[in-house]
Amino acid sequence: MLRATKFVSNMLLTVCIATGLLLAAGLATAQDAVADMSVEAELSKRVEAGRAVFENRRKGNCLSCHLVIGSELPGNAGPPLIGMQARWPDRKALKAQIYDPTIRNPDTIMPPYGLHRLLTAEELDVLVDYVLSL
Amino acid sequence: MKWINLSALFLASIIAVPAQADSLADSAANPATNPEADRQALRNLYQQKFPNIGLADFKDGVYAIDAKMREQWLELEDFPPYEIAIDEGEELYNTPFANGKSYADCFGDDPGIKHNYPLFDQARGGVVTLEIAINECREENGEAALPWLVGELAQISAYMAYNSRGKNFDIKIDSPEAVAAYADGKQFYYTRRGQMNFECGSCHQQKVGQMLRAERTSPSLGHATQWPVYRGRWQYVGNIQKRFQECNIQVRAVPFEAQSEEYRNLEYFLTYMSNGMELNGPGSRR
Repeated sequence: MLRATKFVSNMLLTVCIATGLLLAAGLATAQDAVADMSVEAELSKRVEAGRAVFENRRKGNCLSCHLVIGSELPGNAGPPLIGMQARWPDRKALKAQIYDPTIRNPDTIMPPYGLHRLLTAEELDVLVDYVLSL
Repeated sequence: MKWINLSALFLASIIAVPAQADSLADSAANPATNPEADRQALRNLYQQKFPNIGLADFKDGVYAIDAKMREQWLELEDFPPYEIAIDEGEELYNTPFANGKSYADCFGDDPGIKHNYPLFDQARGGVVTLEIAINECREENGEAALPWLVGELAQISAYMAYNSRGKNFDIKIDSPEAVAAYADGKQFYYTRRGQMNFECGSCHQQKVGQMLRAERTSPSLGHATQWPVYRGRWQYVGNIQKRFQECNIQVRAVPFEAQSEEYRNLEYFLTYMSNGMELNGPGSRR
């Protein structure tokens, strides 16, 4: 009898612990998913903000020279922006390029958007997110 | 065969030497600057970039290289928006000053003298544009100078340009001081400026003919032929230095004063690049 009781209580304990673990695990997964979603939402918000900087004639005005698929009346003085993640795997390098493209190519006509403060640090940052989404 | 190649090389080398010596002689005044070599180099560049377009056609500016824009431009030329400016300029030109004299007393019987301007005046040691010559004529005859860029002065130059149509630019750079003014204008043209960090040559030479959104960058060869210009964006006729200021503002640089030494020298350089080309002003542009 005593042994049986002990067995049952052990079982219960095990079930309880297992349930607890499962619950905890489930909760954690849900939390991760929520976190992932908010990162994704944050990124898409930044990409959207970057697009505005890209298109605004008083900001980046990048369309003036660069084609983006689906854009209206793009210029062609600069290269089309396609497959940017493959072309610029290093985010820092792309940001440095937009900050001052004359470092890599002294003859480029592209304005130094960071160096000459055509864009703020935040605008430059979201612009990089947008360009990497292309 | 080898021998023929070698002799051809040898021939080429002795032919090349006198040519080089010539260009050095031309630039004896200022060994770093040779206006004629610069002009030829620019023409060669355009020949390379636009092999199917005759160099003389660049007098039509961007309409020499864009068929669609040319079509619209030619339609506009049926009732040209600069026509009123020519008529008003003619009336102003032929109205005697208070002292009974007129512009003809300064410039002679033919008002079509724009192909000689800007010129370098050795006595004052500086570049004289047609607009300066007009205002000096007024002041010598007791009349007030007119504002530089738009209005009556632009109308008078429009009338004079109209009478210069068909003539070829005959800009002279024939003293070391004149070469120095030209060199200064050339340096201005190829110097990056403004927050956008553009030089004139960025758009009008390096990227000439490319699209900036819906606008095509216009060629620097022939840039001087059609002034003054009725510009759609302005809705009036203005002089070339009005456009210099606008360009400087567009690259977010502080513009210079009209008829400043900087702009006079720039106009001297730019017009020399069009030397020998036909004048077809006044013109109309978008």
